[in-house]
Amino acid sequence: MNQLEPIEKELAPAVAPDPLTPVQDMLKACIQCGTCSASCPNAFAMDLTPRHLWRMVLLGQTDAIFRSQTFSLCSACYYCTLRCPRGLLLTEAMGALKQIASAQNLDRYKKGIRFYKSFMNSVRRHGRVHEMELMTLYFLSMKSPFLPLKFTPLGLRLLAKRKVSIEIPSREPNALEAIFRKVEEMEGRS
Amino acid sequence: MKYLYYPGCSLEGTALEYNESTKAFMQAVGTELIELDNWTCCGATAVESVSRLLSLALPARNIALAEKMGDPKDILVPCSACYLNLKKVEEKTRKEPELLKKINEILSEEDLQLKGRVRVRHLLDVVVNDLKPQAIQSRLKQTLSGLRIAPYYGCQCLRPYAVFDDPEKPRSMEALIQATGAEVYSWDMGARCCGASHMNTKMEVGLELVAGILKQARGADAIVTVCPMCQMNLEAYQHQISKLQKEELHISILYLPQLLGLAIGLPEKDLRLELNLAVTKCFREKLYGSVVPA
Repeated sequence: MNQLEPIEKELAPAVAPDPLTPVQDMLKACIQCGTCSASCPNAFAMDLTPRHLWRMVLLGQTDAIFRSQTFSLCSACYYCTLRCPRGLLLTEAMGALKQIASAQNLDRYKKGIRFYKSFMNSVRRHGRVHEMELMTLYFLSMKSPFLPLKFTPLGLRLLAKRKVSIEIPSREPNALEAIFRKVEEMEGRS
Repeated sequence: MKYLYYPGCSLEGTALEYNESTKAFMQAVGTELIELDNWTCCGATAVESVSRLLSLALPARNIALAEKMGDPKDILVPCSACYLNLKKVEEKTRKEPELLKKINEILSEEDLQLKGRVRVRHLLDVVVNDLKPQAIQSRLKQTLSGLRIAPYYGCQCLRPYAVFDDPEKPRSMEALIQATGAEVYSWDMGARCCGASHMNTKMEVGLELVAGILKQARGADAIVTVCPMCQMNLEAYQHQISKLQKEELHISILYLPQLLGLAIGLPEKDLRLELNLAVTKCFREKLYGSVVPA
């Protein structure tokens, strides 16, 4: 067994695995009953119902999946996961699709991706989220002069109540660097 | 009773009043909270959208810190998103030894290890099942009779892990509300989604979800929450939503320990009610109209 390991490692990159495969594995037992779609509070805003999306995943229709906004509209309420008669981890499957979109940095999902990455930068640096810094990083990454205006009234109310502050308080610098780096190494994206 | 305490990032910022009122209430009912040393972010829902492994490693770090502290064995978590992230690690590592190994490999970077010795508990679970409504009844200083309170549970303290309540039709808050002397406002929106972080990235969808909740709450004097994300979404956009829906939808939104704290006579300043974004004049009038004369 041990002798085989180096060979496996050498061969692995050449195969270029389809990122959709692990998501397909999560959904194999789907019977297309549509309980997920009927339970989803965000279905009204989706271009494809969750049930339809799962079918596309199983059929490997990568292009169509990543043209749809459906998975990016999952707010992780876990109703579908709770009710799925096949016991599938559907919220996690939505998360897995978000992870693919994020890894490929797909422009169509940039709002979500940049928000999540701003969040992670803030956490990596300070160990804890600094909400005002998170929003600042997000606005900067979006490079849209109008976006912050949508949040200004709330930001001012929170500042007035001293619940957030403008200054960037630094705790230990790069508090979670070791963990972030180790995960990147294990995921092979360091 | 002693609990380890994991406040989470929001409770140091936009949900400061949740932190302070939780501590004040828990102290007043005779429990001790020991804050985890050097705790860090649980990853919220953001990290799961980028890396599954990191989304488990971040909460795992905090559980490992709790295990290192030895005693007590229960970690109390007031934020539902933090609660679920920590709970998920507890549940998954118990069932998947391979995952546990992977996570411990990551944690060894900080000389930490996960052994599965602590239990993750939501604040609501602890209040209902450990303290019980009697903890409020026996300390009642100010009956809240005349107030109709809508219990709002949100999602992540209920689902996917049905630990302490019915994940579809939750009722755990009702006995607590009744213990304050208030009336439970009966509605179907208690377990519906508030839109979570849609408010930041897909605001129009978030506003629609919250509008549905606020509309159903008409007839209640306040909504009570157990999650900083729910609280912020329900309280911060009422003006905008009222304008969009052409309907007056302002309502008071309080954290559960604030409501319970008022009933057992804790001063408003300890419960930090001034930090809430939505406490209406009408709510205050009803509240102070109900003081039991000493």
